Amino acid sequence: MEVLLFGIAKDIVGQTLYSLGDSVDGPNSVLELKQHMVQQFPEFGKLSSLAIAVNSEYAADDVSLKQGDEIAIIPPVSGG
Amino acid sequence: MIEPIIEIVDQLDPGKVYQELSHPKSGGVCVFVGAVRDSTEGEEVVSLEFESYQSMALKEMRKIALEAAKKWELNAVVVRHAVGAKEIEEAVVVVGASAPHRDACFQACRYLIDTLKERVPIWKKEYFKNKTVWVSAHP
Repeated sequence: MEVLLFGIAKDIVGQTLYSLGDSVDGPNSVLELKQHMVQQFPEFGKLSSLAIAVNSEYAADDVSLKQGDEIAIIPPVSGG
Repeated sequence: MIEPIIEIVDQLDPGKVYQELSHPKSGGVCVFVGAVRDSTEGEEVVSLEFESYQSMALKEMRKIALEAAKKWELNAVVVRHAVGAKEIEEAVVVVGASAPHRDACFQACRYLIDTLKERVPIWKKEYFKNKTVWVSAHP
Protein backbone atom coordinates (compact mmCIF):
# COMPACT_ATOMS: atom_id res chain seq x y z
CA MET A 1 0.00 0.00 0.00
CA GLU A 2 1.29 3.44 -0.91
CA VAL A 3 0.53 6.86 0.44
CA LEU A 4 0.64 10.08 -1.60
CA LEU A 5 2.48 12.98 0.02
CA PHE A 6 2.03 16.70 -0.61
CA GLY A 7 3.32 20.00 0.75
CA ILE A 8 5.14 19.71 4.05
CA ALA A 9 4.34 15.97 4.23
CA LYS A 10 6.55 15.47 1.18
CA ASP A 11 9.37 17.41 2.87
CA ILE A 12 9.02 15.48 6.14
CA VAL A 13 9.24 12.07 4.46
CA GLY A 14 11.64 13.21 1.75
CA GLN A 15 9.66 11.65 -1.11
CA THR A 16 6.31 11.99 -2.89
CA LEU A 17 5.20 8.42 -2.23
CA TYR A 18 5.51 6.46 1.01
CA SER A 19 5.25 2.69 0.88
CA LEU A 20 3.56 0.87 3.77
CA GLY A 21 4.60 -2.50 2.37
CA ASP A 22 2.29 -5.52 2.35
CA SER A 23 2.77 -6.48 5.98
CA VAL A 24 -0.37 -7.67 7.80
CA ASP A 25 0.56 -5.55 10.82
CA GLY A 26 0.42 -2.39 8.71
CA PRO A 27 -2.17 0.28 9.49
CA ASN A 28 -5.72 -0.89 8.76
CA SER A 29 -7.58 2.33 9.42
CA VAL A 30 -7.15 6.06 9.01
CA LEU A 31 -6.41 6.41 12.73
CA GLU A 32 -3.76 3.68 12.60
CA LEU A 33 -2.16 5.32 9.56
CA LYS A 34 -1.98 8.66 11.40
CA GLN A 35 -0.41 6.95 14.41
CA HIS A 36 2.03 5.09 12.15
CA MET A 37 3.13 8.28 10.39
CA VAL A 38 3.62 10.18 13.67
CA GLN A 39 5.61 7.26 15.07
CA GLN A 40 7.84 6.95 12.00
CA PHE A 41 8.17 10.71 11.46
CA PRO A 42 7.63 12.65 14.71
CA GLU A 43 7.47 15.92 12.72
CA PHE A 44 3.89 14.96 11.76
CA GLY A 45 2.95 15.35 15.41
CA LYS A 46 3.97 19.01 15.33
CA LEU A 47 1.64 20.06 12.49
CA SER A 48 -1.47 22.19 13.08
CA SER A 49 -3.59 19.31 11.77
CA LEU A 50 -3.21 16.00 9.99
CA ALA A 51 -5.92 14.63 7.71
CA ILE A 52 -6.07 11.55 5.51
CA ALA A 53 -7.88 11.28 2.19
CA VAL A 54 -9.11 7.93 0.93
CA ASN A 55 -10.03 7.86 -2.76
CA SER A 56 -9.75 11.64 -2.88
CA GLU A 57 -12.25 12.30 -0.07
CA TYR A 58 -11.48 13.37 3.50
CA ALA A 59 -11.76 10.23 5.63
CA ALA A 60 -12.73 9.96 9.32
CA ASP A 61 -10.46 8.09 11.76
CA ASP A 62 -12.59 4.92 11.70
CA VAL A 63 -12.49 4.44 7.92
CA SER A 64 -10.68 1.21 7.05
CA LEU A 65 -7.95 1.06 4.44
CA LYS A 66 -8.20 -1.51 1.66
CA GLN A 67 -5.83 -2.68 -1.04
CA GLY A 68 -6.25 -0.52 -4.11
CA ASP A 69 -7.45 2.55 -2.20
CA GLU A 70 -5.79 5.82 -3.18
CA ILE A 71 -4.52 7.14 0.15
CA ALA A 72 -3.04 10.59 0.73
CA ILE A 73 -1.72 12.54 3.69
CA ILE A 74 -3.33 15.98 3.82
CA PRO A 75 -1.24 18.38 5.93
CA PRO A 76 -2.81 21.78 6.81
CA VAL A 77 -4.09 23.29 3.56
CA SER A 78 -3.17 26.85 2.55
CA GLY A 79 -4.69 27.60 -0.83
CA GLY A 80 -6.16 30.95 -1.80
CA MET B 1 -27.59 27.32 -12.51
CA ILE B 2 -25.29 26.58 -15.42
CA GLU B 3 -22.52 24.00 -14.79
CA PRO B 4 -19.92 25.63 -12.50
CA ILE B 5 -16.49 26.33 -13.98
CA ILE B 6 -13.90 24.54 -11.83
CA GLU B 7 -10.24 24.63 -12.86
CA ILE B 8 -6.66 24.32 -11.68
CA VAL B 9 -4.35 26.13 -14.07
CA ASP B 10 -0.70 27.11 -14.43
CA GLN B 11 -1.44 30.69 -15.50
CA LEU B 12 -4.48 32.52 -14.24
CA ASP B 13 -6.12 35.26 -16.32
CA PRO B 14 -8.54 37.16 -14.04
CA GLY B 15 -9.71 39.21 -17.03
CA LYS B 16 -11.89 36.50 -18.51
CA VAL B 17 -14.05 35.81 -15.46
CA TYR B 18 -16.61 38.54 -16.17
CA GLN B 19 -17.52 36.92 -19.47
CA GLU B 20 -17.85 33.55 -17.75
CA LEU B 21 -20.19 34.89 -15.06
CA SER B 22 -22.24 37.22 -17.22
CA HIS B 23 -25.79 35.87 -17.54
CA PRO B 24 -29.06 37.33 -18.84
CA LYS B 25 -30.79 36.69 -15.50
CA SER B 26 -27.94 38.10 -13.38
CA GLY B 27 -28.22 41.64 -12.10
CA GLY B 28 -25.07 41.22 -10.02
CA VAL B 29 -21.63 39.71 -10.62
CA CYS B 30 -19.20 39.36 -7.73
CA VAL B 31 -15.57 38.31 -8.09
CA PHE B 32 -12.77 37.79 -5.60
CA VAL B 33 -9.18 37.67 -6.85
CA GLY B 34 -6.42 36.53 -4.51
CA ALA B 35 -2.93 37.72 -5.40
CA VAL B 36 0.64 37.34 -4.14
CA ARG B 37 1.46 39.87 -1.40
CA ASP B 38 5.03 41.09 -0.97
CA SER B 39 5.25 40.44 2.77
CA THR B 40 4.00 38.26 5.62
CA GLU B 41 4.00 39.68 9.13
CA GLY B 42 6.45 42.36 8.07
CA GLU B 43 8.88 39.99 6.40
CA GLU B 44 9.60 40.41 2.71
CA VAL B 45 8.24 37.61 0.51
CA VAL B 46 10.21 36.95 -2.67
CA SER B 47 7.77 34.57 -4.36
CA LEU B 48 5.25 31.80 -3.72
CA GLU B 49 4.73 28.30 -4.92
CA PHE B 50 1.44 26.38 -4.96
CA GLU B 51 1.06 22.65 -5.09
CA SER B 52 -2.21 20.71 -5.31
CA TYR B 53 -3.56 17.21 -4.97
CA GLN B 54 -5.29 17.88 -8.23
CA SER B 55 -7.99 15.19 -8.44
CA MET B 56 -9.16 15.83 -4.88
CA ALA B 57 -8.81 19.61 -5.14
CA LEU B 58 -11.07 19.71 -8.21
CA LYS B 59 -13.62 17.51 -6.42
CA GLU B 60 -13.65 19.76 -3.34
CA MET B 61 -13.84 22.94 -5.44
CA ARG B 62 -16.85 21.52 -7.27
CA LYS B 63 -18.54 20.53 -3.99
CA ILE B 64 -18.06 24.06 -2.67
CA ALA B 65 -19.54 25.56 -5.85
CA LEU B 66 -22.58 23.28 -5.59
CA GLU B 67 -22.98 24.06 -1.87
CA ALA B 68 -23.02 27.78 -2.69
CA ALA B 69 -25.62 27.18 -5.41
CA LYS B 70 -27.81 25.41 -2.85
CA LYS B 71 -27.52 28.20 -0.30
CA TRP B 72 -28.14 31.10 -2.70
CA GLU B 73 -29.91 31.62 -5.98
CA LEU B 74 -26.99 31.74 -8.43
CA ASN B 75 -26.81 31.67 -12.20
CA ALA B 76 -23.09 31.04 -12.67
CA VAL B 77 -20.10 30.13 -10.49
CA VAL B 78 -16.36 30.10 -11.19
CA VAL B 79 -13.71 28.58 -8.89
CA ARG B 80 -10.23 28.65 -10.40
CA HIS B 81 -6.84 28.25 -8.68
CA ALA B 82 -3.33 28.53 -10.03
CA VAL B 83 -0.43 26.23 -9.18
CA GLY B 84 3.33 26.48 -9.66
CA ALA B 85 5.70 29.36 -8.99
CA LYS B 86 4.06 32.79 -8.60
CA GLU B 87 5.56 36.26 -8.42
CA ILE B 88 4.44 39.29 -6.38
CA GLU B 89 1.10 40.72 -7.63
CA GLU B 90 0.26 37.65 -9.70
CA ALA B 91 -3.31 36.42 -9.36
CA VAL B 92 -3.43 32.97 -7.76
CA VAL B 93 -7.13 32.37 -7.17
CA VAL B 94 -10.34 33.67 -8.73
CA VAL B 95 -13.78 32.84 -7.40
CA GLY B 96 -17.01 34.45 -8.46
CA ALA B 97 -20.73 34.13 -8.69
CA SER B 98 -23.50 35.86 -10.55
CA ALA B 99 -27.04 36.13 -9.29
CA PRO B 100 -30.29 38.00 -9.89
CA HIS B 101 -29.51 40.27 -6.91
CA ARG B 102 -26.30 41.46 -5.30
CA ASP B 103 -26.79 40.03 -1.78
CA ALA B 104 -26.64 36.47 -3.06
CA CYS B 105 -23.51 36.98 -5.15
CA PHE B 106 -21.64 38.89 -2.40
CA GLN B 107 -22.38 36.16 0.14
CA ALA B 108 -21.68 33.34 -2.28
CA CYS B 109 -18.35 34.85 -3.30
CA ARG B 110 -17.27 35.10 0.35
CA TYR B 111 -18.37 31.51 0.98
CA LEU B 112 -16.45 30.25 -2.05
CA ILE B 113 -13.11 31.75 -1.02
CA ASP B 114 -13.45 31.11 2.73
CA THR B 115 -14.42 27.45 2.22
CA LEU B 116 -11.75 26.94 -0.43
CA LYS B 117 -9.15 28.11 2.07
CA GLU B 118 -10.46 25.69 4.71
CA ARG B 119 -10.88 22.54 2.67
CA VAL B 120 -9.27 22.41 -0.74
CA PRO B 121 -6.00 20.42 -0.77
CA ILE B 122 -3.72 23.12 -2.13
CA TRP B 123 -0.53 24.15 -0.35
CA LYS B 124 1.34 27.44 -0.44
CA LYS B 125 5.04 27.74 0.14
CA GLU B 126 6.42 31.20 0.86
CA TYR B 127 9.95 31.99 -0.27
CA PHE B 128 11.66 34.56 1.92
CA LYS B 129 15.21 35.83 1.35
CA ASN B 130 16.78 33.15 3.52
CA LYS B 131 14.11 30.54 4.21
CA THR B 132 11.00 28.83 2.85
CA VAL B 133 7.82 28.15 4.83
CA TRP B 134 4.78 25.96 4.12
CA VAL B 135 1.99 28.34 5.14
CA SER B 136 -0.21 27.27 8.11
CA ALA B 137 1.66 23.98 8.55
CA HIS B 138 2.57 24.68 12.18
CA PRO B 139 0.50 26.27 14.96
